[in-house]
Amino acid sequence: MTDNIIEIGILRYRPEEDDKPVMQTYEIPYNDEMSILEALHYIKDHLDSTVSFRWSCRMAICGSCGMMVNGIPKLGCKVFLRDYYPKKVTLEPLANFPIERDLVVVMDDFIKKLEAIKPHIISKKKKCLTEGTHKQTPAEMEKYQQFAMCINCGLCYAACPQYALDKKFTGPAALALIARYNRDNRDAGAAQRMEIVNQEEGVWGCTFVGYCSVVCPKDVDPAAAIQLLKIDSAKDYLIGMFKPD
Amino acid sequence: MAETFEKVYKRSHEPIFWGLFGAGGMLTAFISPAMILITGVLVPLGLLGHETLSYEKVHVFATSWYGAIVLFILIALPLWHTLHRIFHGLHDLGFHKGRDIQQVFCYGFAFAVSVFVGTILLQMA
Repeated sequence: MTDNIIEIGILRYRPEEDDKPVMQTYEIPYNDEMSILEALHYIKDHLDSTVSFRWSCRMAICGSCGMMVNGIPKLGCKVFLRDYYPKKVTLEPLANFPIERDLVVVMDDFIKKLEAIKPHIISKKKKCLTEGTHKQTPAEMEKYQQFAMCINCGLCYAACPQYALDKKFTGPAALALIARYNRDNRDAGAAQRMEIVNQEEGVWGCTFVGYCSVVCPKDVDPAAAIQLLKIDSAKDYLIGMFKPD
Repeated sequence: MAETFEKVYKRSHEPIFWGLFGAGGMLTAFISPAMILITGVLVPLGLLGHETLSYEKVHVFATSWYGAIVLFILIALPLWHTLHRIFHGLHDLGFHKGRDIQQVFCYGFAFAVSVFVGTILLQMA
């Protein structure tokens, strides 16, 4: 612990009193073990109890504390003051989402897209409990496991320039989850999900910028998932030409 | 709130253009460095002999069936690649109006030049 001070700027927006978001700067004691999320707690506990932000687990698994840290989408719990000190840290709500209050954004569009892709295993036929569990080999699991690590934090949507331009775009996390379920050998819902993939606002809204994969805190690599789905969609297109549904 | 209407899914025709884009990109990445080396460095410097790209030699190549196919692919595919890039680049740069016209112009240009090159190669044969 040192006596040094670090500046934290927070983009404030309180709909009842602010016409538009305004930057407010706080000074807190610097500690090289303090995460950005802990810094926010310090501000809320000691300096300004009106600051709003989402958080839960503090260990990069709940996906609640996504925010723009010096303009880059990050999980507040996964970046530390030492990564920025002695420079000022500027915190803003996640880009590409409407602001609800301070660092809290409205995630409804993202949640709706996640629901739409049916992010669950759609079985071929209902299995009786007595038939036992679905067995899977390590090789079969390897095919989708990376894309299953998504924590729905929304950082990839804040990073995606195509989502910024067109909110109809299904977006990185939802498409990566389609790849995750379509590549799971226990799942039989690929045909339903391909209808979403094959659209202009499905996989074809992506121009492979790849920033989603750069900011992903769980190394899911949504950009790779989307490229794999583009190949699937192109195959589906060819099959559709000869066998229209 | 429950949606009261059923979503209609519209299949995109992008796979055709993405396929041409991908093929053209692959070709450009692998072949153009070698082509630049041969036509831009080795031949002008005389390292391959000035006769390598003489009119007679190139004419024989362009009028053979395999040469015509090679030339057609080398011209057409990178062209489709480029115009696909330009079409999507226009969207990225904020030209959101008249996407249909942009599409007709971009892919129309690639199509027209492909037909033009194909016709010339066929006439020469």
